[in-house]
Amino acid sequence: MIKFSEIKKSLFISIWFVFLTFPIMVIRVNPIEKVIEWRWHNIMLVGIGSFIISYIWRYLLKRKELGDQKAKSGEEAKISMIREALSNPRVFKMAMFGVGILAVIFPFVFSIYQTNIMITALIYVMLGLGLNIVVGLAGLLDLGYVAFYAVGAYSYALLNFHYGIGFWTALPIGGALAACFGIILGFPVLRLRGDYLAIVTLGFGEIIRIILENWNEFSFGPSGIANIPRPGFFGIELSLNNSITYIYFLMIGLTLLTIFVVKRLQDSRIGRAWIALREDEIACQAMGIDKTKTKLTAFALGATWAGMAGVIFAAKTTFINPASFTVWESIIILCIVVLGGMGSVVGVITGAFILMLLPEYLRAFSEYRMLIFGAILVTMMVFRPGGMISTVRRTYQFKDETAERKR
Amino acid sequence: MKSILEVKNMTMDFGGLRALDHLDLDVAEGEIVALIGPNGAGKTTFFNCITGIYAPTQGDVLLMPPGKKQTRINGFKPNHVTERGLARTFQNIRLFANMTVLENVMIGRHCRSSSGILGAVFRNRKTVSEEQKVVKDSYTILEKIGLTAYVNEFAKNLPYGAQRRLEIARAMATDPFLLLLDEPAAGMNVRETEELDELIVKIRDEEQISILLIEHDMKLVMSLSDRIFVMDYGKKIAQGAPVEIQNNPVVIKAYLGEDIDA
Amino acid sequence: MDWEYFFELLLGGLTRGSIYALIALGYTMVYGIIQLINFAHGEIYMIGAFTGLIVISVLSLLGLNQIAIIFIAAMVAVIYSTAYGYTVEKIAYKPLRNAPRLSALISAIGMSLFLYNYVLLAQTSDFLPFPNLIPEFEFMEPYSHIFSSNELVIILVTAMVMILLTLLIKFTKIGKAMRATAQDKEMAMLVGVDVNRVISATFIIGSATAALGGILIASHIGQINYFIGFIAGIKAFVAAVLGGIGSIPGAVLGSLVLGWTESFATGYISSDYEDVFAFIFLVLILIFRPAGILGRTDTEKV
Repeated sequence: MIKFSEIKKSLFISIWFVFLTFPIMVIRVNPIEKVIEWRWHNIMLVGIGSFIISYIWRYLLKRKELGDQKAKSGEEAKISMIREALSNPRVFKMAMFGVGILAVIFPFVFSIYQTNIMITALIYVMLGLGLNIVVGLAGLLDLGYVAFYAVGAYSYALLNFHYGIGFWTALPIGGALAACFGIILGFPVLRLRGDYLAIVTLGFGEIIRIILENWNEFSFGPSGIANIPRPGFFGIELSLNNSITYIYFLMIGLTLLTIFVVKRLQDSRIGRAWIALREDEIACQAMGIDKTKTKLTAFALGATWAGMAGVIFAAKTTFINPASFTVWESIIILCIVVLGGMGSVVGVITGAFILMLLPEYLRAFSEYRMLIFGAILVTMMVFRPGGMISTVRRTYQFKDETAERKR
Repeated sequence: MKSILEVKNMTMDFGGLRALDHLDLDVAEGEIVALIGPNGAGKTTFFNCITGIYAPTQGDVLLMPPGKKQTRINGFKPNHVTERGLARTFQNIRLFANMTVLENVMIGRHCRSSSGILGAVFRNRKTVSEEQKVVKDSYTILEKIGLTAYVNEFAKNLPYGAQRRLEIARAMATDPFLLLLDEPAAGMNVRETEELDELIVKIRDEEQISILLIEHDMKLVMSLSDRIFVMDYGKKIAQGAPVEIQNNPVVIKAYLGEDIDA
Repeated sequence: MDWEYFFELLLGGLTRGSIYALIALGYTMVYGIIQLINFAHGEIYMIGAFTGLIVISVLSLLGLNQIAIIFIAAMVAVIYSTAYGYTVEKIAYKPLRNAPRLSALISAIGMSLFLYNYVLLAQTSDFLPFPNLIPEFEFMEPYSHIFSSNELVIILVTAMVMILLTLLIKFTKIGKAMRATAQDKEMAMLVGVDVNRVISATFIIGSATAALGGILIASHIGQINYFIGFIAGIKAFVAAVLGGIGSIPGAVLGSLVLGWTESFATGYISSDYEDVFAFIFLVLILIFRPAGILGRTDTEKV
């Protein structure tokens, strides 16, 4: 039953939003030609839209409150169907097999264009997993993550331009340089409280971009660097198509490597320390964990992946300029981590695919991409701060004295 | 008896407020010492100063682990204090809420293990065996504290009393020779408090861990402690065996207010 | 030394600082009360400027006189900005009052991103010329080459706002409630302060001053676009931190220091790196004096 009071509430909200959005949504001025455009149809849009959204909003809030109560009274939260299915080893194996097959045949079935999009998505998977170490595991909000991505990309581009260094040498160098930057930035900054850290890293990201834009002798300024070679295949020149397929497989390999390393780190002594740090800094220190060192390792390791992703990005596009490394890029990566589920590897991968592929395939939607990303960040935080796929903590089983571990 | 912790002349100022005023305290090996006093007397501040969470304005903290050299730990970071064998619990429970009970205890083992990033990635034999040992040791501690039923539960889902015990288990995992307990019985019912009493004695007798505790439950304090220190307004107003403290007029006045004699 | 140039930079810095102060107030007040960096605050300021421009354009087509236009535009901009500030708090922050700080911070970033793109999509990505509303005063004529009437108005308005705000916080009931809430939220609630109302009021006041700042700077610089909120927001935040976040006099002082630093650094060193100075300043401050100039170091309760 729809209650009258509910309708009244939503009606009020929709009137409020019509009022709120009136100047910006309805009127558009062109001060140069002194023309004013009135877009009255937008009133309808806002009114109806906010009416419906206010309903959904209230419903979700109510559901969340119920969920909180359930959690408090000790009732087990419902496990999602996907999770349940995946926990069955046979289903899991089948699913992995399917994904594997799809990954292998992808570049042969789909066009170069599609493969290129896939490579971009995979780069973002890598970036997301890297940032996940910093934000998801260690709980450090890093808004300048893109700076490390830029360090990687520019180190390949410049090393290649000046010294002719190839992709495979540049890949570890890019990662290492980014890690160095992470440590240099981390030393002073990681002593700060969480919210200050966010703003300082944001500032750092911007500093790097502004320097790249203005220091022409070093970085060639806004015009960027072109003709960066694609990765070599044992010294053989590849055709454009083949080389994209090659980068695709390379990216698959690197993504797998990233997943492998991140998983292992997560389940290790260091990974536990990161999570403890996120949960309670003071208790963590009181338990004998070196706060600065632990934060620095998280920061540096996260940066390493960004650096390597940067090298690949430069090799893939063969052209880079500072415009690719704005703060919005950092926020997109953050959005991937938040949507997917902070601290969850599967979540981050899912998040990256959703956020990178949907705008590509839903062209109508791509204009509103950043608007929707913003809305996603807010709604996820309000309704599901754990992300779509929440982390599962490792469980251990014990038989008497012998500690036997089982996944 | 050999003393293992000596605090001398400890003073802590917050702006113009003197929270601790030239405080002296010592704990001997194998002792259970209680620190009592009215709310706001500065007991928790005192703990924070010893464990490196605050830097005291003045004073010395000397740590003398049995069989080892003495170290002056004032100015040490909390993690270094813990490494030296001084562990603590928190009054307002500070568990790692979204980690399992076992993982909480494993965090305590962090400073007693050493594998790094490379070990984590390559999982060499040393790392694997160390990790297995950490799991086993942590489980053993949970057995001693009686929390094995909850091993894989999230810490936040534990009943209140169990959370307090987990705090103790986590602190014990750091291999301390002295354990600082900040109101371990707060919010516990009578039965839980009795169990806690037994547990603390057991920790002292079986693990050879000395104990310094802040507590308001006088029944527990009187039955447990070998010696009691009483604080009021940042100052030490009395010290001695439980019987002495119970009959000390200064202490009674501090607890019940000025007009007891009037 | 070229004294005239020096004075031009000095006054330019003062103007800059005044604008930052108007925006920084919102950051510092919100932070003082709910310990949240309101990332969306820069966007509120931008929306204020946009609303002002729209009202001005509509009214000048109707042929109203200049002074009337200025006042109506400023009023509408302030009303709309406060409405946005209020709504943003209700949607993005209120449900997260008891959530971890990281969640609220991410929500704030999301809100900022949303509003920024909302204006971009609903309006335009181009720079729009903003008419200079403030007439040239005759008595300013002899100094106009180093100090415009526009700048004078900015400084005067800022000073006035600051005085009013100080009075509000010192002497009114809501001001007292704000100070109580900033000290201890739970305690304030216990003694009967309506904390939700206080928080709303804080957002409203902060948004109002930001809107004033938006209109003033837009008419000073002569153009706006959807992007102005980001940089202005960050810099005002730097100013707030510099002065000691949570402290209102601190925000003003920090803004002036930042304004002068930028003015002299761009005037004597290089204007390419205008935006970098603020960030470097921020990093240095946070490292060497994290509590800011007027802030007090608070120890976390354990």
